[in-house]
Amino acid sequence: MKHEETIISGFGGQGALFAGQLLAYAGIAETLYVTWIPSYGPEMRGGTANCTVILSEEEIGAPIIQNPTAAIVLNLPSMEKYEPLVKPGGLLIVNQSLIPVESTRQDIRVITIPATDIATELGNPRMANLVLLGAFIQATGLISMESLESELGKHISERHRKWLEPNKEALHKGAEFA
Amino acid sequence: MSIEVKIPDEMELVYEYPDALTEVSSHYCPGCTHGIVHRLVAEVIDELGIREKTIGVAPVGCAVLAYKYIKTDFVEAAHGRALAMATGIKRVNPDKIVFTYQGDGDLAAIGTAETVHAANRGELLTTVFINNAIYGMTGGQMAPTTLPGMITTSSPTGRDVITAGYPIKMSEILAQTTGAVYITRESATNLGAIRKTKKAIKRAFMAQIAGLGYACVEVVSTCCTNWNMDPWEAMKWAEENMTEYFPLGTFKMTDEVKALQVR
Amino acid sequence: MAKELLKGNVAFAEAAVRYGLEAYFGYPITPQSEALEHLSGRMVELGRVFLQAESEVAAVNMVYGAASAGVRVMTSTSGPGFALMAEGLSYIAGSEVPAVFVNMMRGGPGLGNIQPSQADYFFMTKTAGHGDFHPLVLAPASIQELIDMMGLAFELAEKYRTLVYIAGDGSLGQMMESAELPPMQPLREKRPDWAVIGCEGRDPNIITSLYLGAKNLEAVNIRLQKKLAEIKQNETRWKEYETEDAEILLVAYGTVGRICTSVVRESRKQGLKIGLLRPQTLWPFPDTRIRELAAQVKAILVSEMSAGQMLEDVERTAQGQCPVKFYGRLGGVVPLTDEILSETRKLVREVA
Repeated sequence: MKHEETIISGFGGQGALFAGQLLAYAGIAETLYVTWIPSYGPEMRGGTANCTVILSEEEIGAPIIQNPTAAIVLNLPSMEKYEPLVKPGGLLIVNQSLIPVESTRQDIRVITIPATDIATELGNPRMANLVLLGAFIQATGLISMESLESELGKHISERHRKWLEPNKEALHKGAEFA
Repeated sequence: MSIEVKIPDEMELVYEYPDALTEVSSHYCPGCTHGIVHRLVAEVIDELGIREKTIGVAPVGCAVLAYKYIKTDFVEAAHGRALAMATGIKRVNPDKIVFTYQGDGDLAAIGTAETVHAANRGELLTTVFINNAIYGMTGGQMAPTTLPGMITTSSPTGRDVITAGYPIKMSEILAQTTGAVYITRESATNLGAIRKTKKAIKRAFMAQIAGLGYACVEVVSTCCTNWNMDPWEAMKWAEENMTEYFPLGTFKMTDEVKALQVR
Repeated sequence: MAKELLKGNVAFAEAAVRYGLEAYFGYPITPQSEALEHLSGRMVELGRVFLQAESEVAAVNMVYGAASAGVRVMTSTSGPGFALMAEGLSYIAGSEVPAVFVNMMRGGPGLGNIQPSQADYFFMTKTAGHGDFHPLVLAPASIQELIDMMGLAFELAEKYRTLVYIAGDGSLGQMMESAELPPMQPLREKRPDWAVIGCEGRDPNIITSLYLGAKNLEAVNIRLQKKLAEIKQNETRWKEYETEDAEILLVAYGTVGRICTSVVRESRKQGLKIGLLRPQTLWPFPDTRIRELAAQVKAILVSEMSAGQMLEDVERTAQGQCPVKFYGRLGGVVPLTDEILSETRKLVREVA
């Protein structure tokens, strides 16, 4: 049964909340149950903007969780906070460009990607969130790349529409790391 | 119970009970000016032919039972909240006439915020504001409009402005709000003044009907019971003392309101 | 309608619009301001009434006025604002006009914080306003339930001419979830007979909560109590999860209620016979059913985002038939699945 409890965390402006919403939209497109909740409850504090996204084939109970099955970390404070919390057997996706430390966890899968560098090469460092998200869906098989691309087209703001194609490319580049 | 009166042909009818006034004895004290002002409101409602489309908002204070005397749809508001409640009613009944009838404690103390903001929004409402410088219903305590030195049951040695502050001049304040179109202070202390008050109340209702903005008629009134005076003495005292601190006159009247033909 | 990703505050506001909301008066306060913001555009676009009041005191009295005029009206707020409304709530209860209030509870007392809380339980179900009355209090646990309860709230408010509150919390207001909005419903065409809309062709209607004379007011109160008894009889709502063979019963509402569904799921996987009763109405409270279950189970665990408020109702209802324990978090902290699960396991050992 598909069920993934994911925390996405970074500095404000790195697009952690948007990446989470995009994942949530794509989940609905694939008829999964979905919850998205921003920095709330005990996991807040520490200068990070984060959200918890749950996608599941069954109705979702707790929308707030202590131990995610997956974490996508965009900066060092997020790495320090969530790396120890990922459930055994879970997944950690690390933005290597801004996180100069390595995970010591042996009981989880760790994917390390120079996401900000890749995004910069694609034209905008702020697309690092989607590089990491691309790796996440490739690694989990939770939803398809097609759903994600299609929802991206629907929900990217007018102001950022010119970045639609580079954003899609960012997703694919990330997927290659998974 | 109404009494059938036959008027002889050679005589002209010059005075009758307004349709909009219920034919019951009121609970007001003998000599109270509320009775006078209720009648003025009822006459204006009759003359404008709006009884069946008017909604009154009664205050907390001596006029709490105004709905028993003025024969229109009515609500009874919480203390001071008449203009907020009236706003709710008018916004969902834009084609109806909505007025509040409030005393000084209601409008000028506990309800100051609601009053100033309704006026400033230019709500299409009409307020009749009775200022008798005292809390009548609760037993003669100091009001926000109690004059300096005036003895009340909560200022037994006279209002000391150093500790209790100064009487608040609401008409002057309301005249500063952009949304108000007509703010006037009249009185109910002599016949000439009562006639002028009626004309002002009528203009205030007409301003609402014409969709011009917020209007308030302050009426300098008496409270012979709590002032410990007989009615005539009270009228005289009000004229001599209250109008000095609360000067009569129109503090704001837009050109559109001025242009209304008030007969 | 298809499922969409909806933020709680926007979801209930839009649901209200579609269920025929005619007027909204409110004052911004976190964590519910998105509702007011949504309605500021939506209501105006539809030619309906929206007004940002100067305070919650004014807002509740505007609601009172519009309710007296017989329109479908509501406001939304959070604890500090709801406290300011208490005066108006009592007048509305005394005047028996229908009105709907949403309280997205936040941490208190005082200014507290903007994190989710359930510490307004006493205030909402028992104490908000002077005099003898109870509002009908609905407690949604998901955004879909929040949407559905918006329609139910209007329906019940009008059916009984009573106050209906929706007791949400900050997380329900701020979270997004897949849910389905109702289709747009037409506005009611006619105002009720008792409404103040001008007395054309009839005697004046008076809306008041003033009844002079003790006997008069006693009679009014007796009638109000009868109505409340009827509401209690007809409108008590709750949901049960795995209670048939439960040895430990969890009782929790709203956000904690849904977290407890995860607790039940987890504990069943571990072979523990745990069930959950989630009240959907906090007043009336599901007394009878909890009393029955108290006779069946070995112990009850109540969990809330408060120091134990609903707990008192559960204790009252269980009537000493089994031990009633409590696990709560305060100040905006949400109790998580693992914490409640470990409390439950502790209780299992205690009563074994």
